Amino acid sequence: MSDAVLQTVGLSIRFGGVEAVRGVDFALAERELRCLIGPNGAGKSTLFKLLTGQLKPTAGRILFRGHDITGHHTHAIARRGIGIKTQVPSLFDGLTVREHLWLSARRTNPAERTRAIVDEIMERIGLTALADGAVGQLSHGLRQWVELGTVLAGNPELILLDEPAAGMTHDEVARTAELVREINRTHALIVVEHDMQFVKMIARTVTVMHQGAVLVEDTMDRILKNATVRDVYLGKHGGA
Amino acid sequence: MSSRRPSPGVVLTTAAMVAIAVGVPQVVDQFGLLQLTVFASMCILALSLGFVWGYGGILCFGQSAFFGLGGYTYAVTAIDLGESTLAMVLAVVVPAVFAALLGYFMFYGRLSDVYLGVITLSVTLIFFNLMNSTAGDAYRVGKARLNGFNGMPSLPTLNVPGDPGRLLDPAETFYLVMAFLIIVYVGLHVLLASHFGRVVVAIRENETRCELLGYDVRLHKLLVFAIGGGIAGLAGGLFANWGAFVSPNVFSLTMTSQIIIWVIVGGLGTLLGPIIGCLIMQYLATTLGTQQVANTSLIFGIIFLAFVLLVPRGIVPSLRRLGARAVGPARVREPA
Repeated sequence: MSDAVLQTVGLSIRFGGVEAVRGVDFALAERELRCLIGPNGAGKSTLFKLLTGQLKPTAGRILFRGHDITGHHTHAIARRGIGIKTQVPSLFDGLTVREHLWLSARRTNPAERTRAIVDEIMERIGLTALADGAVGQLSHGLRQWVELGTVLAGNPELILLDEPAAGMTHDEVARTAELVREINRTHALIVVEHDMQFVKMIARTVTVMHQGAVLVEDTMDRILKNATVRDVYLGKHGGA
Repeated sequence: MSSRRPSPGVVLTTAAMVAIAVGVPQVVDQFGLLQLTVFASMCILALSLGFVWGYGGILCFGQSAFFGLGGYTYAVTAIDLGESTLAMVLAVVVPAVFAALLGYFMFYGRLSDVYLGVITLSVTLIFFNLMNSTAGDAYRVGKARLNGFNGMPSLPTLNVPGDPGRLLDPAETFYLVMAFLIIVYVGLHVLLASHFGRVVVAIRENETRCELLGYDVRLHKLLVFAIGGGIAGLAGGLFANWGAFVSPNVFSLTMTSQIIIWVIVGGLGTLLGPIIGCLIMQYLATTLGTQQVANTSLIFGIIFLAFVLLVPRGIVPSLRRLGARAVGPARVREPA
């Protein structure tokens, strides 16, 4: 239990009559890369908002490295070491790519070191050419990378990625998968994604959510063969 | 924006202000000098809102509350002590602390922008009514009678620190006010280039992202608001000193809307803009006021509407865009 990076116990949130997340018990080990899948409205993004303190759970607890962070402020949770790339890239549209990475790295690093980190990460993600352009004008795929780079520059212990491959071309998706695997060598990750090709490229263990609850948790191969999962995704009478 | 070197525009503006500060007393008569002194004080007030609103993204409809509080703090302290140095210091500190307290409730209470506007406007109008009803002997702080709507006349003006008998003459006062204006202008630029300032601008762009990066948005906004309050208070203290007079009108709706018009006309999101806007509108107000051809408030209203509809960016950003277009193909949006 104590060697889990992240653990949730009976985590729930209710909006009026709808329980968007229902009693989720989830655990993520050190250096683990977990994919979180499920149809629209399954509660994946809501779960991420709970983990980052953007929403307060109505029941249950969240433990990060054994510390109870339930109900903590978003910035306090980020300071503990959870970074998130949100579903719709959350960026500073009027600022440059460099400024994004700088803001993220500078919080914990002195000025000199920050510059080095920013250059290194721009190089790694391939953003160097765009460094001094405002992000407001970038394509969706590039915005995704800017946000990923921004998260990385802060070097959080746990990284949450909400649909990191959305809006990307085939090549960009492959590059993102490569990046995710690379990040995973040093960081624990949870990745929410709809693109099953992308999930296949990176996944080992997959958690399937449905109607706010965890449906199954298994290896990618077995998930793909799982009849319930197929029903959930395609509808009971769907499957072609 | 990542570089620490000041931009050519800032250096140029600072140089121009220094030149004005040094040169003007040589060529302008006493009346003109007094006029420019009050203009410069108002420019400091314009900068305070330009910073809070244009960079902090905090729409404060009641910047005059801190201006007026600075004025009254100066008045009361200067009368009671018979010395202006501490009075001037308190004219900055008291509004800053008050802004911090008010900001604590607003930002830690997570009030939305609209409510921020409503609350700040209400606060200045409460001060307006409060000070209007302090007529009579009962309302005094030490020796200082607040005098209700008649205001507090014959205030001691600025003296050389530690020497209450040696008052500053109009030229010296002008130098001092210009020095404050330059310090505030340059100081705000330095602040905006610092880590704190860059986070403040980022918060204006996207609060949620800032929180997700681990920055405490509430604390940053609180500090911005308090700094803005302190600067407005400084302007208020200088204003009270300039006329040796302060009245509840410093809290009035006319006063607070003027500050917003200066910033809108000059350009939101710049520091030069509010200064330019303030100078133009002050000049207009003075000219219109003397000639009596038209109602000043009416003209101000028309100008305000014209700018909102036709030049929504304000003078300085619009000129910069024109300049950039003339020089070459459009570059990135100008840095904040």
